[in-house]
Amino acid sequence: MATYTENELAKDLENKEYEFGFTTNIESDKAPKGLNEDIIRFISAKKNEPEWLLKFRLDAYRTWLEMTEPEWAHVKYEKPDFQDITYYSAPKQTKKYESWDDVDPEMKETMTKLGISLEEQKRLTGVAVDFVMDSVSVATSFKAKLKELGIIFCSFSEAVQEYPELVQKYMGTVVPKQDNFYAALNSAVFTDGSFCYIPKGVRCPMELSTYFRINESGTGQFERTLVVADEGSYVSYLEGCTAPQRDENQLHAAVVELIALDDAEIKYSTVQNWFPGDKNGKGGVFNFVTKRGMCHTNSKISWTQVETGSAVTWKYPSCVLKGDNSVGEFYSVAVTNNYQQADTGTKMIHLGKNTKSTIISKGISAGESQNSYRGLVQIHKNAENARNFSQCDSLLMTDRCGAHTFPYIECKNSTAKIEHEATTSKIGEDQIFYCLQRGIDEEKAISLIVNGYAKEVLNQLPMEFAVEAQKLLTISLEGSVG
Amino acid sequence: MITIKNLHANIEDKAILKGLNLEVKAGEVHAIMGPNGAGKSTLASILAGKEDYEITEGSVDFDGEDLLEMETEDRAREGLFLAFQYPVEIPGVSNINFLRTAINEKREHKGEDPISAKDFMALVREKSKLVELDAKLASRSVNEGFSGGEKKRNEIFQMAMLEPKLAILDETDSGLDIDALRIVANGVNTLKSKDNATIVITHYQRLLDYIVPDFVHVLYDGRIVKSGPKELALELEEKGYDWIKAEMVEA
Repeated sequence: MATYTENELAKDLENKEYEFGFTTNIESDKAPKGLNEDIIRFISAKKNEPEWLLKFRLDAYRTWLEMTEPEWAHVKYEKPDFQDITYYSAPKQTKKYESWDDVDPEMKETMTKLGISLEEQKRLTGVAVDFVMDSVSVATSFKAKLKELGIIFCSFSEAVQEYPELVQKYMGTVVPKQDNFYAALNSAVFTDGSFCYIPKGVRCPMELSTYFRINESGTGQFERTLVVADEGSYVSYLEGCTAPQRDENQLHAAVVELIALDDAEIKYSTVQNWFPGDKNGKGGVFNFVTKRGMCHTNSKISWTQVETGSAVTWKYPSCVLKGDNSVGEFYSVAVTNNYQQADTGTKMIHLGKNTKSTIISKGISAGESQNSYRGLVQIHKNAENARNFSQCDSLLMTDRCGAHTFPYIECKNSTAKIEHEATTSKIGEDQIFYCLQRGIDEEKAISLIVNGYAKEVLNQLPMEFAVEAQKLLTISLEGSVG
Repeated sequence: MITIKNLHANIEDKAILKGLNLEVKAGEVHAIMGPNGAGKSTLASILAGKEDYEITEGSVDFDGEDLLEMETEDRAREGLFLAFQYPVEIPGVSNINFLRTAINEKREHKGEDPISAKDFMALVREKSKLVELDAKLASRSVNEGFSGGEKKRNEIFQMAMLEPKLAILDETDSGLDIDALRIVANGVNTLKSKDNATIVITHYQRLLDYIVPDFVHVLYDGRIVKSGPKELALELEEKGYDWIKAEMVEA
């Protein structure tokens, strides 16, 4: 890929192809570029972390040094230069806001552009938003109300300070620090993220929501999310993302760990629309994420994702069905357009008896993009009566894009029942003509058809997210039939 | 309402329409009959705006506008409706959502406000009765899993909802049993008024027992070769198309 110049960036910004392509001018407290043990110590010290966490980071870093970047995914890209990344960047203003009014106006404006308007959201939807801008949480609302119920919902850094025993007990238990190349990198250099704990028997009364946003140029964002649902509790967690347009590929390597203890349920929904690169495939976010949930007895974890952004996506939200009767679900819509590449899917690891998993994956490829589903269903020998149902559909919008399905099934117990269905179809000219003949223009027709195609997944999203997701699908596919 | 003059059309260099003339006035019902491959469905597709055809000659005037210059969706919004021979399935999109979108597109085109949910539902109830369409079908995905008869009734239901000026029914009778045929015909007859017009394309005279045309035209080899009153349909039923072909050869 040729070097991208400032002039070209300026031009791209003029084009306004990416609606959220703006940069906020807030002074940052930055670490120097590059990665070594000193940088890790710097991050840890900056965040006033306990010794055990520094050790966690350093162990991860040392393991990472021995690892090589995975190449098995069906994606092609220029590997990031890990010494050319700034691993710590926090808005300089470190004091905590007492009220929403104290928040930096420019930051508020950013959120307005994103369409977030916290006040409105708080009032209208009852969503508590933990807004992460460049790795540091700046506003957490509704905390008091949640506190009454004993629910903890805060930034990861705050959790490390306030609830170190909980963090230490669960962190790295689902995604071990040496799990894979990017998880190890994250474990070494993560700067912030979200932490959520729902106490025994508590049903979280609102959707917990975090908006992530990559802001600082050249800053990889390495956030960590840890959600613990204690016995018999329930939580629905929303994660939504937008990133400003950028002149170079930005690395994003997050780790999300979910723990559903006995009889608990976690619903985790993601809408991801990071900058996908321009229409010639220049720029865009590299999204290499490790998401995994641990299901204890009678518990349930449900992943729902709508992925429309990023230049390269490498992401497999998975469930380890460790406890008997536990349930894992994965609902995904992945849209790729222009030169985007996505290799996404899930792993359902059945360990306990009577465990059930459902996989519904809807891929939509347009332009010259490549969209792959990669999934593993693994039934271990003690998993009596395990059940899996997988459905992987691909919709092609052009003759130049690609859709691929890589389903892996490993079964070591003969009582298991595994079903896999897969379809590939091209968006029908006859469908579009039918809509046109009813007075519906092509853009709306595509939007209708695509949203209909993805309905099973969109239906899993909480209401306010579903609306946003539908709009995103439409925006992502504008003018894409060919 | 619509005036077609000397229309010539090709598909992949093969001439399908070879100088077709037809005039339909408001309040009239015209039947177009003809053997397989005569160009009946091509005519319907061209009027609706399907892009697979190349118009090489001729003109179509639709209510004072040059129809051939209009976008497909604008033809629909201006009141041209095609009941498809093979209605298309759109999985995951409810009939209701589809129709509401269609109606609002039309209203927006006319500078009107979107229809309210209340009015829309009242309209759905009223019009679905007309074609005895099960209310459940209205909320199912567009044509998905519908029987052949249900699909055709759904076309007429959509027509009733959209209240077109000119409706073209493309072999709406194909695949219908006699009860469904009666229901569909009843729907069409109820919607008939002095301000709208209908073109019924059909193979068989059967449908015309129920939808009585003012004029019958025979389309053969890309042209209207014979026109007459409704009795012409009976004659065709009796004699088949061979005598027309024979007449053509003689001429």
